[in-house]
Amino acid sequence: MTYVPLTEADRQAMLQAIGVGSVEELFADVPDSVRHPVLELPPPLSEMEVLAELREMGEGNADLDHTACFLGAGAYNHFVPSAVDAVLSRAEFYTAYTPYQPEISQGTLQAIYEYQTMVCELTGMEVANASHYDGATALAEAALMAFEVSRRRKHKVIVAPDIHPEYRQVLRTYLRGTDLLLAGDENPQAGLEDLAALIDEDTACLLVQNPTFFGELLPTDADGLSGLADALHEAGGLLVVAADPISLGLFKPPGEYGADIVVGEGQPLGNPLSFGGPYLGLFACRDEYKRKMPGRLAGATVDTERRRGFVLTLATREQHIRREKATSNICTNQALCALAAGVYLAVMGRRGLRQVAELCYHKAHYAARRINALPGFEVRSGQFFREFVVRCPRPPAEINARLLERKIIGGYELSRDYPHLADCMLLCVTEMNPREQIDRWAGELERLG
Amino acid sequence: MRLDQRCRYSKEHEWIRVEGGEALVGITDYAQDQLSNVVFVELPEIGDKFRQGDVFAVVESVKAASECYVPASGTIIAINEELLEAPELVNEEPYARGWFVRLALNDPNEVDQLMDAQQYEAYVAQLMEEEGLR
Repeated sequence: MTYVPLTEADRQAMLQAIGVGSVEELFADVPDSVRHPVLELPPPLSEMEVLAELREMGEGNADLDHTACFLGAGAYNHFVPSAVDAVLSRAEFYTAYTPYQPEISQGTLQAIYEYQTMVCELTGMEVANASHYDGATALAEAALMAFEVSRRRKHKVIVAPDIHPEYRQVLRTYLRGTDLLLAGDENPQAGLEDLAALIDEDTACLLVQNPTFFGELLPTDADGLSGLADALHEAGGLLVVAADPISLGLFKPPGEYGADIVVGEGQPLGNPLSFGGPYLGLFACRDEYKRKMPGRLAGATVDTERRRGFVLTLATREQHIRREKATSNICTNQALCALAAGVYLAVMGRRGLRQVAELCYHKAHYAARRINALPGFEVRSGQFFREFVVRCPRPPAEINARLLERKIIGGYELSRDYPHLADCMLLCVTEMNPREQIDRWAGELERLG
Repeated sequence: MRLDQRCRYSKEHEWIRVEGGEALVGITDYAQDQLSNVVFVELPEIGDKFRQGDVFAVVESVKAASECYVPASGTIIAINEELLEAPELVNEEPYARGWFVRLALNDPNEVDQLMDAQQYEAYVAQLMEEEGLR
């Protein structure tokens, strides 16, 4: 089918309407040097020469095959089984974008449905959607959803300061122009009891990250998140937990300590670091709130002959049906990234995921013990999963620069977001860091200290 | 088209039936027919106060999600919880078991301003005629 944007007659009619003689005349105000710049390009190269040049440029990048990485802070270096890419690169999955005529794409819908089912099992929630753009946008959508659940009557969103700083920035961007007000993270050291003190009748939700941005595991008992959930529910608000999916292979799912909405960055599940994206946002909630949930939702059903099939369900929540009254403008998902997460979880299984989580936990604790024993270094984390905070005897930026010379990517410099932790870095250890690597790293730190 | 002679009707196809100082509210047979199969009704909470014309409920059908406007000002004193489990009652019995809410009216005169069954029937006939002309 030929696409005909405008006929010459259309163009003439529009020019006439605005009183301009020609298209040239319309753009006459734009200087010619900008409209027709002289591009100073090098002479043309053959394909062979271009490939060689690009390869040389590419080799200037550090890559994780030749560099030890102890950086996490929201993006995690985990093993991706070959089966993930093998399934992902099938043309049926790889070429199709979000299903606009969904029911014809049964395979895509089934993959989304299975992904959702596994996200529910991981988080302890009853309904999960087909995914969001990333962990940060999923968290922001959760705050908007809590506002909708309150029938737009509760305006306060309490935010823990140890939620990823970039998530909190995205949250602020999302809430700009709404009636919602953020509270809690103006004090960078606010603990759970400080946040609990902010809960009132106007509270739509309270957001926490577990493990926190600092890798710490929050207590989930009555003195911790369970108690916080009870206090919130008493006041008519929701508990939103941003959880790390790998940690859920080992620790209690948020559904078991009172969470109403669980979100998270799904990248650790079968998605490579890939310079920061594309990633996917996990999003799940309790059944009673499903009609306020943003995003796409695949469901299982039976056809007229009682055969099992899959559909996009509850579409009346979405913008293409509910227009400006929709609870969210999300009409898509990170289909390929969610598929990778689904395949990863299916390949790893319950035991495999637990094993990954245990490896992270034990290696991180081994590394923390080694570093804490070094003169001048002090581990400042209590209960943690795979990341921990270390106070350094020299400026973290200086240490990182020296480590990089030895092909080691050091930790996240916390001075960027937390002034009271200016001499601290956040370190991450996963199953991808062999013991010899940790020992070599500790040795380098000792020499630098 | 089914009508209830005891009801008054709004141009947005809600009906209201006064019983003492209170009134039942729902959507008309014409409305449910236009929506087709109703799959969910989002109702307000008891104690909510509305002014005439405010959105007080959302009806989801297999075709669309539509807002419902309260035909007279008042306070919600009861909601039809049966609809949460059986939304098809809106299709089956729009004037009876398919009711939405019970209102304590602020001003019964507001109801008198609405169309009676004959006027509403003529209004719908006109709408259908206009629809047919398009």
